[in-house]
Amino acid sequence: MNRFDTNRMEAIVSHEEQLRDTVSAGGFSGDRIFRMITLGFALSIILILLLITIGMAVESIPALKQFGWRFITGANWDAVQGRFGALPYIWGSIVSSLLAIVAATPLAVGTALFITEIAPKKLGGAIASLVELLAAIPSVIYGLWGILVMIPWLQQTVEPFLVDHFGFLPFFRGAPYGVGMLAAVMIIMIMIIPIITSITKEVLLTVPVSQKEAAVALGATTWETIRMAVLPYGRSGILGAVVLGLGRAIGETMAVTMVIGNTPQISLSLLDPAYTMPSVIANEFAEASSNLHSSALMEIGLILLVMTLLINITARFLIWGVARQGAAGGRI
Amino acid sequence: MTNKITIENLNVYFSATHAIKNVSLDVPQNRVTAIIGPSGCGKSTLLRSINRMHDMIPSARVTGSIILDDTDIYGRSSNPVLIRRRVGMVFQKPNPFPAMSIHDNVIAGYKLSGRLNRGDADEIVESSLKRVALWDEVKDRLKTSAMNLSGGQQQRLCIARTIAVKPDVILMDEPASALDPLSTLKIEELIEELKDKYTIVIVTHNMQQAARVSDITAFFYLGELIETGGTRKMFTNPEKKQTEDYITGRFG
Amino acid sequence: MNGMVARSLKNGVMMLLMGTATLLVLTPLVLIFVHIVREGAGSINLDFFTNIPNPPGESGGGMANGLVGSAVILFMASLIGIPTGIFGALYLSEYEGHRLAQVIRFSADVLAGVPSIITGLVAYTLIVVPMHGFSAVAGAVALGLIIIPIVLRTTEEQLKMVPGTLREASLALGVPFWRTTLQVTLRSALKGIITGILLSIARVAGETAPLLFTALGNQFWSSKLTEPMAALPLQIFNFAISPYEDWHRLAWAGALVLVVIMFGISLVARFFGRERSMG
Repeated sequence: MNRFDTNRMEAIVSHEEQLRDTVSAGGFSGDRIFRMITLGFALSIILILLLITIGMAVESIPALKQFGWRFITGANWDAVQGRFGALPYIWGSIVSSLLAIVAATPLAVGTALFITEIAPKKLGGAIASLVELLAAIPSVIYGLWGILVMIPWLQQTVEPFLVDHFGFLPFFRGAPYGVGMLAAVMIIMIMIIPIITSITKEVLLTVPVSQKEAAVALGATTWETIRMAVLPYGRSGILGAVVLGLGRAIGETMAVTMVIGNTPQISLSLLDPAYTMPSVIANEFAEASSNLHSSALMEIGLILLVMTLLINITARFLIWGVARQGAAGGRI
Repeated sequence: MTNKITIENLNVYFSATHAIKNVSLDVPQNRVTAIIGPSGCGKSTLLRSINRMHDMIPSARVTGSIILDDTDIYGRSSNPVLIRRRVGMVFQKPNPFPAMSIHDNVIAGYKLSGRLNRGDADEIVESSLKRVALWDEVKDRLKTSAMNLSGGQQQRLCIARTIAVKPDVILMDEPASALDPLSTLKIEELIEELKDKYTIVIVTHNMQQAARVSDITAFFYLGELIETGGTRKMFTNPEKKQTEDYITGRFG
Repeated sequence: MNGMVARSLKNGVMMLLMGTATLLVLTPLVLIFVHIVREGAGSINLDFFTNIPNPPGESGGGMANGLVGSAVILFMASLIGIPTGIFGALYLSEYEGHRLAQVIRFSADVLAGVPSIITGLVAYTLIVVPMHGFSAVAGAVALGLIIIPIVLRTTEEQLKMVPGTLREASLALGVPFWRTTLQVTLRSALKGIITGILLSIARVAGETAPLLFTALGNQFWSSKLTEPMAALPLQIFNFAISPYEDWHRLAWAGALVLVVIMFGISLVARFFGRERSMG
C-alpha cells in the first residue's frame, strides 16, 4: 500500500507469524480451519495413547492400593477370597514368549536369508508372499488349528516321546495333557515366524550390493559373504525384528488362551498347563466377580502395556538405526 | 517504462542458510526480465519469493519487501492466495494435473478454487489455448487426459492454465530446460508474444536463451545480485568482471 | 587346498541348514492352510450363511448372525478409524517438519504396537461402563482404535509420494492451501489410500480379543447397536473351545469363510494398488 514506507526492513516475519498475520487480516481462514481440523485428528492419536495409559492406571488403583508390590510377587490368584497375585501370569507370559522367540529366531532368520541370498528370485518371491499371507491369518484361527490339530498330536505323539526319553529332565516331567506351556510356545513360534521373517527380509534387502560384491570379489563362498557382509550390516535391524516379534508374542492372546491350559501355576515342566497375562484378561474380565477382581485384571493389563511399550520402543530405535544407515529402510 | 515489481533489500533464509542477500531489483512492466547465474546462485529462490511460494516451507524466512504495483506482497494485509492469482508461475518440468483432462487443466485455477461459472469455462479454455497456440492441436480431444500430450505441449498447456486465471505477471522457472530444441523454440516465441500483455520474469541457465528472449538481464552469483541492465548491454559490454567471466563461459 | 575343501563343505552345510529352516517354517504354515480348507470346505453349506447356531447336540446351524455382526461392527469401526487416520495423516504430511508431527508419528507407532486385548480393555472402560452394558458400539470403538494407526501411517506414506510439483502447480494458480491439499494432494493419492484402508479392514476383520468384553457375542440375532452382538471371530473362538463335534465343524467353516473374506479384501486392495501404478 504505502510503497514509500522505508521501515520495511524490520519486517522480519517468520512463516508462522506470516500465517497469523494474514489470518488476522481475514486472509485465508479456510487454511486456518483446515489446519485446526487436521491437527485435531492428529492430536487425537496422542490423546488415545494418554487415555489408554491413564485410564488403565486409574482402573488399577484399587488393586495397587490393596496389594502394592505383593501383586507382582504373589503367586496366589483367588477371586473368591479376593486375593490376587499375578506372578504365575507374568511368569507364563515371559517364559512362553522368550522360549518362542529363541526357537523362532534362527528359523526366521534362516528363512529370510534363504529368500534373499540363496533361492532363485522367483522361488524366493513365492516363499516370501506365502509367508506374508500367513502373517495375515488371525490369531483365533491359529488357535483353532492348535486346539483341534496340534494338541492331539502333541498329546499322543510328541509328549509321550519326550516323557519316555527325556523324562529325567525337570522340563519334561508330568502327564502329557497336550495343552500346556509346550503347546503355547509352539503356537506363538508359528505365529511370530512370519513377522520376524518378513521384517528381517526387508532389512537384508537394504544391504548394499557393493558390500556383498566386495566379499565375493575376495573369493568368499555364499556363506562367508553372508557372515562377513550381510549379517554384520543387518545386525541391529534383525535384532529389531526379533524384539518386535517379542512384543507380538507377549501380547498374543487368542491362540495362547486356547492351547496353554489356563492354570495359574509356576512349573519348570513344559508339559504342565500354564497361564499368561493376556489370557487371564481374556478369560476372566467379562465375568469379573468384584471390583477388586476387575481392578486386578486391569493392573495385569497395565503391566502388559508397559512391557509391550518398552519392547516396541526398543525395536523402533533398532530398526530406525538401520533405516538411517541404509536410507531405504523397511516399511515398519 | 514503469516498474511492475520493485524488490527492495530482499533477504531469504532457509534455517541458517542465507540464500538471497540484500537484493534490490526493478522489474519493468510488459518486458521480459531474465535472471541468470550458475546453479545454486539463488535464481529460483528469488523467483519463488515473488509469488510467496516459500510460505510452504517452515524453515524459510523472508525480510525486506517486494512491491507489486503499489502493494507489498509481504505486507501485513496481503494474502498469498490473491497474490498468486496476480503472479502466475510456470515450472521447470511440465506439471499438468494427471487426473484431469486438457479442458479441466486449463480451468484448474477456477475449478480447484471453487469459483467457476459454468458458462465461462469453454470460452476461457478456447481463448487460453489459442493464446499459447495449442488450440488447433488439441481442440478435438479436450476431454482426454493431459498426460497424453508431448512434453512441449504439456508445457504450453501449463502456460495456458497460468494465463487462464488472468495474472499480471508470469514467473517462469527454466520453462524449457526439460524440452527438446523445437519445443524450446515454440516456448521462446510464445514468451515474445505474451509480453505485450504480461510482465514476465524468467530464470534460465541457458545464456543464449536469455539473450534471445529477454529485454533486461540480471546476473546473480552466490545469492547476490551482481549486475543488471539491458540484455544487449549485459551480453556485449558488462560492467563487472564476474558477469563477463560468466557470460564468456569462464566459470559456472 | 585343504582349506578350500573345508570352506566349501562348511558353505554346503550352512546352505542346507538355511534350506531346512525354510522347510521347517513352511510346513506348519502349509498344514494350517490345508486343514482350514479341508475341514472348512467339508462343513460349509447354505445353512452356514442363512442360519444362526443351533444349540449343542443338534447338528446343522450356521453363523449368519456372526457374519452380519462382523460386517456391522467393522463398518462402524471404519467410521471411527478412517477419518481420524486420513486427517491425522494430512497433518503429518502437509505440516511436516514441525516437532509436533514427530511426536504424533511416534505415538502412532507406539499405538500400533499395543496388544489388541488392551484396546478392548480401553473400550470397556470408555463405552461399556458408562453405557452399563456390552454393545456392538463398544466393539466398534475397540476395532476403530486398532485401525487408526494403520490407516494413518499408510495414508501418510501415500501422501508423501505425491510429487511436490503438483502441490506447487495448484498453489501457483492461487488455489488456497486447504483446497490444494484436499483436491490435488489427497485426490492424487486416493487409490493408494483406499488400498491401505482395505488392507487395514482385512486385518481387523479377524480380531477377536478386543471384542471379548465389548461386543461380547450373541447366540441370536441382535437388532440394536447398544446390545451385545455376534461376530464371526468370537463364534469361531467359542465353538473351537467347546467340547461338541458339531460346533467344531462350524468353527472350521467359520475359519474358512473368514480367511476367504480377508484374502478377498486384500485381493481387491492389491487390484486397486496395481491399477494405480499403471495410471
